[in-house]
Amino acid sequence: MGDSNLKNSTLTELSALLQKKDISSVELTSYYLERIKRLDGGEGGLNSFISVTEEHALKQAAAADAKLAAGGAGLLTGLPIAHKDIFCTKGIRTSCGSKMLDNFIAPYSATVVEKMESDGLVMLGKTNMDEFAMGSSNENSFYGAVSNPWSRDRVPGGSSGGSAAAVAARITPAATGTDTGGSIRQPAALCGITGLKPTYGRVSRWGMVAFASSLDQGGVLTQSAEDAALLLNSMAGFDPKDSTSMDRELPDFSAELNNSLEGVKVGLPKEYFEDGMDAGVAKVVEEAIETYKSMGAEMVEIELPNSGLAVPTYYVLAPAECSSNLSRFDGVRYGYRCEDPKDLEDLYKRSRGEGFGEEVKRRIMIGAYVLSAGYYDAYYLKAQRMRRLISGDFHSAFEKVDVIMGPVTPTTAFRQGEKSDDPVTMYLSDIYTIAVNLAGLPGMSIPAGFSDGMPVGLQLIGNHFAESKLLNLAHQYQQRTGWHRELPSNIE
Amino acid sequence: MSLKKTDVEKIAHLARLSLDEEAIPGYADDLSGILSLVEEMNEVNTDGVEPLAHPHDAVQRLRSDQVSEENQRELLQQNAPQIDSGLFLVPKVIE
Repeated sequence: MGDSNLKNSTLTELSALLQKKDISSVELTSYYLERIKRLDGGEGGLNSFISVTEEHALKQAAAADAKLAAGGAGLLTGLPIAHKDIFCTKGIRTSCGSKMLDNFIAPYSATVVEKMESDGLVMLGKTNMDEFAMGSSNENSFYGAVSNPWSRDRVPGGSSGGSAAAVAARITPAATGTDTGGSIRQPAALCGITGLKPTYGRVSRWGMVAFASSLDQGGVLTQSAEDAALLLNSMAGFDPKDSTSMDRELPDFSAELNNSLEGVKVGLPKEYFEDGMDAGVAKVVEEAIETYKSMGAEMVEIELPNSGLAVPTYYVLAPAECSSNLSRFDGVRYGYRCEDPKDLEDLYKRSRGEGFGEEVKRRIMIGAYVLSAGYYDAYYLKAQRMRRLISGDFHSAFEKVDVIMGPVTPTTAFRQGEKSDDPVTMYLSDIYTIAVNLAGLPGMSIPAGFSDGMPVGLQLIGNHFAESKLLNLAHQYQQRTGWHRELPSNIE
Repeated sequence: MSLKKTDVEKIAHLARLSLDEEAIPGYADDLSGILSLVEEMNEVNTDGVEPLAHPHDAVQRLRSDQVSEENQRELLQQNAPQIDSGLFLVPKVIE
């Protein structure tokens, strides 16, 4: 097995190699660890990892090889993966991209991490991210910005920017991520890979550092829809330890991948196609729609009349929840503490003021403001009412169609520094993804082509708990097209 | 909504955040911009619309009142900045 073939192999293909004993998990893990060393660190490196857990990975790989030899190994046994540094990993630093947690060694593992570990996946390390998952460019990380492998001076998107860049450069075959307003789908689109954000409540949030609890959802960034299904089978499921986890029937997410698309009704929201989309992105999305038509899908124009107000609604609700969730960082029990506090209030204020970055402080303050006496009704309750209208638009649409399709982002990856001075401009880059979180729906981004050499994503939105349908549509497209197999030419 | 310097100081106090004096005007501009964006919500009449707090409109699940966790104080306090005899230490609160 040549190295170039390994690099181009999906998880599904690597799984077959492991099962046939064509390669061992230790060999495979070492292969990716070498790629991380060569491509990620130092001057000109991608900076997509915050921690590389080499020793831990090789130990897990050796255990996986023993299991593969003894029989009884599953499809995921011995496959390497990287976890976004928002998932707690027992005994290993979990920083959430923040100075606040730079010294935090998680005392337990997230349910997602535990499930994947027990299925035999090997953790290569923890990926870079916008601090506390707040950002759309990965420029808000305490550990520095991440480069987009397709063009080093561009952002990989965020907040799961490290995971997206690492998969795009194939320095890990897959990675986990989280999506509160687009944080899996947007970086997946900007880096030319596949991203899946499951239905709210499908994947446990236990041990996932909380940003906005009614919106946060864990998911995956992969090379293909088939791989995403494989990983969702491992990570999904009811968890009594997460009070918002949904107790629903758990299908085999790979079972419907090969279903025919004949007669599938696809909704195209007229608001998503009206204006604001870059011409190059629009062209790619339109071509993808044509491909779907040729596979038998039927296109239906739909309306999501309140979708234009999803960003304003989100920037009340998400900061409100963040300001409440992040009040736990007080410099007392864990995390950063300032030097020489003169009293308790000084300890709180300086620990938080010095431990949090600018964007996190902005959002905490917006949240504190909209929740404060006299403003609660005008902002917070108003936004919750808007949330019902936005969610209702989707419910009406799903009475007519099976899936909704559109762009993921209005443009391709922007340049580092281009939007970092103006938070509102940055927020608007999530205009097509945010409503999905407000409604708690599953969404995917799949590579659909290029505009000026940069990847463009196609977004698929499903009804609640309809991940299998999304994966089916995504997989069928990937059987017809080769966009998900494209690699940046400068990455050896 | 345009926030003044004193508004930002008040909000920062509510959120227990220290801000560098020279950074406050920048925060006032940024927060004002975000609030202007947010106020676009007012274009829509939401009278009579029930607030939605949870995407599935679900309510908090209850569990039976049983002990499920063991005492892990030592492990959990390993991340604490300052402890003594199992207690978290903070500056003196009562004179």
